Amino acid sequence: MGEMMNEGQNLGGNIDLSQFYEIFFEEAGENLDQMEQMLLQLDLEQADDEELNAIFRCAHSIKGGAATFGFADVAELTHQMESLLDKLRRHELQPTPPMVDVLLESSDALRLLLARHQGRNVDAPATSDLVSRISRLAHGVPVAAPVVSTPAPVNTPQAAPVSAPAPVASGERELEIHIGPMDNPAEADCIAELFRDITGLGRIEALPCDEADRRVYRVHTTSSDTDLMDLFTFHVSKEQIQIVDKSAQSAEAPGPTPGADFGFFDGAPGVPVAAPTATAPSVAAPAPAAPVAAAAPKVEARAPSPASPESSTLRVSVSKVDQLINLVGELVITQAMLAQKSRELDSTANQPLLAGLADLDRNTRDLQEAVMSIRMIPMSVVFNRFPRMLRDLAGKLGKKVELITHGEATELDKGLIEKITDPLTHLIRNSCDHGLELPEERLAKGKTESGNITLSASHQGGSILIEVRDDGKGLSREKLLKKAREKGMDAPDSLSDAEVWNLIMAPGFSTAEVVTDVSGRGVGMDVVKKNIASLGGTVEIDSAEGYGMSVKVRLPLTLAIMDGMSVRVSDEVYILPLSSVIESFQIRPSDINTVAQGAQLVKVRDEYMPVIELERVFQVPRFEYNPASPIMVVVESDGARVALMVDELLGQQQVVIKNLESNYRKVPNISGATILGDGKVALILDTSGLVRRSRH
Amino acid sequence: MQSILAVDDSASMRKMVSFTLTGAGFHVVEAVDGQDALEKAQNHAIDLVLTDQNMPRLDGLGLTKKLREHPKFKTTPILILTTESSDLMKQAGRAAGATGWLVKPFDPGRLIEVIQKVIR
Repeated sequence: MGEMMNEGQNLGGNIDLSQFYEIFFEEAGENLDQMEQMLLQLDLEQADDEELNAIFRCAHSIKGGAATFGFADVAELTHQMESLLDKLRRHELQPTPPMVDVLLESSDALRLLLARHQGRNVDAPATSDLVSRISRLAHGVPVAAPVVSTPAPVNTPQAAPVSAPAPVASGERELEIHIGPMDNPAEADCIAELFRDITGLGRIEALPCDEADRRVYRVHTTSSDTDLMDLFTFHVSKEQIQIVDKSAQSAEAPGPTPGADFGFFDGAPGVPVAAPTATAPSVAAPAPAAPVAAAAPKVEARAPSPASPESSTLRVSVSKVDQLINLVGELVITQAMLAQKSRELDSTANQPLLAGLADLDRNTRDLQEAVMSIRMIPMSVVFNRFPRMLRDLAGKLGKKVELITHGEATELDKGLIEKITDPLTHLIRNSCDHGLELPEERLAKGKTESGNITLSASHQGGSILIEVRDDGKGLSREKLLKKAREKGMDAPDSLSDAEVWNLIMAPGFSTAEVVTDVSGRGVGMDVVKKNIASLGGTVEIDSAEGYGMSVKVRLPLTLAIMDGMSVRVSDEVYILPLSSVIESFQIRPSDINTVAQGAQLVKVRDEYMPVIELERVFQVPRFEYNPASPIMVVVESDGARVALMVDELLGQQQVVIKNLESNYRKVPNISGATILGDGKVALILDTSGLVRRSRH
Repeated sequence: MQSILAVDDSASMRKMVSFTLTGAGFHVVEAVDGQDALEKAQNHAIDLVLTDQNMPRLDGLGLTKKLREHPKFKTTPILILTTESSDLMKQAGRAAGATGWLVKPFDPGRLIEVIQKVIR
């Protein structure tokens, strides 16, 4: 492979191949994803030809690219994979679980290799063991377990037992070897012996020969003519040997020597007149080897159209899309401002203007939706990684799992998709590790041997609902309550089921009795809940002991727009994320109790809750004393609640979130800003920051 | 300017081939597999077809056979790019009506060299 690449550098060697690397990496990643998915779905008993072909094609495609662009390690490993897959698709071998395992492991290793070539700082995977395992499997040698200690030579002994029926290897040729004339024809027998002595050289059989001073043999071998010649000339002189390639004889006349990297078929349509293989006027070829340019229709002058097959899609950088979203956000604000001003106008006198504004309103909304949809990507991007993970996990735990997915086409903002992956992974691990029982246990309970984990996504109103459901053992009310009390938490029997289930999301609460390698270690649901809350989402748990558990994650469709509640403090307007608002009520100033260090508490239904005076936190100037009773807005974050003291509730509205950090700087207790309909800037409060503040 | 139909299911290979050939002064029409190539071949004037062998939907040999059935492509040179230079493969290529073969991987210079042997 290597020497070939250097050969033709004289002509096009100045082309910089690195400009294609990016496409190659992306494509290789897609191929690996696809291969992994198909391997997981492969029915080993009745493997579908088309599937096997498709898997082969993935490895083949990566190999081709890697070899072309000079990633030798990737090419080497994919070459091994390809040879195994080639035997599978030709039905020379039956697919087995160890094969699937080693192919999946290889695809992991390839990802690492590719990441390294992309300049990422990851450890180089050990591929020599993989290579030798694949090669052993491809040669029908069972592989016991991942060999760890052997220094694993790249080329494992391919020594098949001599008696084994040799399969028709893809590179094998059938040759006729003519030897003679010789004074002592018995000398030729040495050549037959060579094939007995050298394993892997091939098979030889003597053919009848009319002439006494000659011998003819039929040989099946993968070795090149040159190699064979080198061996034979130990015993017989070169002039006495003639090698005839039977398998290629009909195809090529004199034929280029093996190892040539291109060739033309003699007499084939379009063959160049002075091509290396062109011989004297040949047999009746389908068409005369006429000058091609004349035969081909004349090319008319036309604009060089790129004719790219990807013209139906367009790769655009995320920053451009974000800029577009931002501009549309501004437009929405301007539109809201105009709408607000227009209300003051006389509706009869300004009818045309108002009608125009109504159209603008509708068009802006449509435009916003359309622009938002650019950033939307389907949930399948996340879902697709789980079959593989569950397979490995179930194998480790000795469980049987079936993953059912619904609504993979449901779209979600790219930013959210990236952030939802980890929490979902955690939930699915939990289900497999803590939820599902071992096969025997399940059978004893009258359940199916393999557990089901259902992963679904759907739109509900303005949000997306993702549910992870399993039919495992579910949560135990008693155990949870007991555990909570052990941890010193307040857990009366009067708690509703939902409240009991929510206990597992309390910080530091872990239900697994055994801390497992998979998903124990005491951290878990509280982190999941926190991460989802930071995305403006909520987590709901439902369970029935013995029957399973469901975790519902509700997320806003996008991070760029939020449902907010606007509140007024003096002359300032603040926005609270609606998802964190629990309730609001009016109090008498005397309901507030001041305790040590000036901390204030308010009594709500016999429960004391910390009070945060936004006026003090943000040092809002107050020009006139407002004797009206303060209003408390209870917000929740990380499972804790605080009451925010405000002057007035202004209402609910959708706000476009502007990043404060990138436009100004990071401000404590503020998560962003937005522009209100009247053009004023309002700050969006960071409820989790405020809740943390109350703890100190 | 002469037109080459470059057929490969791998985008990176396609881009590499296309870039190389465009740089050598050819007009390139890209196709993602044999089926796509057949459609593109109907609508473009093509002077040479350069096709990968292993592709979904319709492979290189299949494409070659189909193209040869068409009077317009009776004599158009068709080169098959293949990783296996086995004799079996060559036999199949010849039977399908291909003009020649080129082993992958190849470097850009080699590609131009081979193509210039066939069209000029």
